[in-house]
Amino acid sequence: GMKVLVAVKRVVDYNVRVRVKADGSGVETSNVKMSMNPFDEIAVEEAVRWKEAGLATEVVVVSVGVRAAQEQLRQALALGADRGVLVEAGEVLEPLEVARVLAVLVEREGPRVVILGKQAIDDDANQTGQMLAGLLGWGQGTFASKVVFEGDEVEVVREVDGGLETVRLKLPAVITTDLRLNEPRYASLPNIMKAKRKPLEVVGLEELGVEVVRHREVEGVFEPPRRKGGVKVGSVAELVARLRDEAKVI
Amino acid sequence: MKVLVLGEHDGERLAKATRHAVAAARRLEAGPVEVLIAGGGGSGAVAEEAAGLEGVARVLHAEDACYEGGLAENLALLLARCMRDGGYGHLVAAASTFGKNVLPRVAALLGVGMVSEVQAIEGPDRFVRPIYAGNVLERVRMLDEVKVLTVRATAFDAVASGGEAAPVERIEGAGDAGLSRHVGLERSESERPELTAARVVVSGGRGLGSKENFERLIFGLADRLGAAVGASRAAVDAGFVPNDCQVGQTGKVVAPELYVAVGISGAIQHLAGMKDSKVIVAINKDEEAPIFEVADYGLVADLNEAVPELIEALGKE
Repeated sequence: GMKVLVAVKRVVDYNVRVRVKADGSGVETSNVKMSMNPFDEIAVEEAVRWKEAGLATEVVVVSVGVRAAQEQLRQALALGADRGVLVEAGEVLEPLEVARVLAVLVEREGPRVVILGKQAIDDDANQTGQMLAGLLGWGQGTFASKVVFEGDEVEVVREVDGGLETVRLKLPAVITTDLRLNEPRYASLPNIMKAKRKPLEVVGLEELGVEVVRHREVEGVFEPPRRKGGVKVGSVAELVARLRDEAKVI
Repeated sequence: MKVLVLGEHDGERLAKATRHAVAAARRLEAGPVEVLIAGGGGSGAVAEEAAGLEGVARVLHAEDACYEGGLAENLALLLARCMRDGGYGHLVAAASTFGKNVLPRVAALLGVGMVSEVQAIEGPDRFVRPIYAGNVLERVRMLDEVKVLTVRATAFDAVASGGEAAPVERIEGAGDAGLSRHVGLERSESERPELTAARVVVSGGRGLGSKENFERLIFGLADRLGAAVGASRAAVDAGFVPNDCQVGQTGKVVAPELYVAVGISGAIQHLAGMKDSKVIVAINKDEEAPIFEVADYGLVADLNEAVPELIEALGKE
């Protein structure tokens, strides 16, 4: 049967208005609501649907990060994943390092598909899935809005700038999700209770034999320049006049 | 060291995004800028077009059927070889879906980190980029010897076609990785200007209510202004327009001279894609809508009355 590996990330909830720390060293994350990255929820949903359709036999959900990311793994288990693995790291790792960790897990678990979100809404990098595919030497179906398995191949419809592109990949393959792939379900209370008894393994980076390398140094974060407050106009005629005479854009 | 720019094209024409990427590559001041064009038969014309760009010192052209459709698996092998053997310190592409698909894979093959969506270059290794949907900017220094970056097209003015054409050198391909096949592209057809390159953008949101209303009012206003048509995610999800019209964090980032938001509340997700526009106009019946916080000119009105009136008024201009 087909085993599926899903990677999820713990991020600041998308409804939170983030604040830059006073010293500019980063973004305030203490006492802030944390959630599963929205694109990863779509990845979990898709994998669970494959299982429900009889395409996947086991869905293993993985997170690389701080110990508290177990919450997001439990959530994925409540949504239908079978088993969780947390690779505990003391800090947030860069995409290439996360990809290296995932590649080691892929060696250990032997999935036929790895599915991830196309990007995390904190670092907005959009790199990890492509990097993992590169490290593994697998095909990649990024920004997927439709996925169809056919024998030893998978057909992926991708959301690209000019429209929709279809590619065919040999399995095993890496897929990253775009927003329109599916609509994730909510976890029911019984499933949340059941998820507490599902296996959740915690391993350290050293157990996996991964030594973290740094590729970047964040010198500081800051708020973008604010737009000046504008004016409210009273009528369409005034709007047209201001666009013509004041802003000179029409 | 030299800078290599990955050229983007559809087999016939160079994408405008590449002109912006070349501008960013020059801004690095890290050495001569070269462009790689990989494509199938007939891509020679694209290589010639790239050779005519201002500031391009040389074009490498790899012609092979395996590069048709721009598959990341095949392009990454070629790019990694070029980077290893060619004496390049930087690899640059536009942060289009094409660039975002290919470059991280190359970085992984080279074992180096990568910086995405660069919006300012402060030195050959120091970059500013948006995080948290553009609500925060970060300044990063890349530590690897080879720097791989995608750049926001709207942050760098496109280079023009220059005087004397640079030499075009044919290079061998790196072979088909045998992992993927391009099946087809279903293009969203449009007579209007391209969204990311347009001087004026008219965007509609859920407030339009229906596909018919969206087409009548937003297309009507866009045609009057010679504008491209954009949309909020809600309008795309409601099926008013195809998803490649979506402006926002998960769609396209635009920075036109004039952005007109009609029936769009202004969620963070959407603002991330348009808040760098020069002049923003918002038409919304909810005066508390967050879009008014970024709008230079706001009109609190029912769009079903205001937009036809605006179309008519512009007709008289």
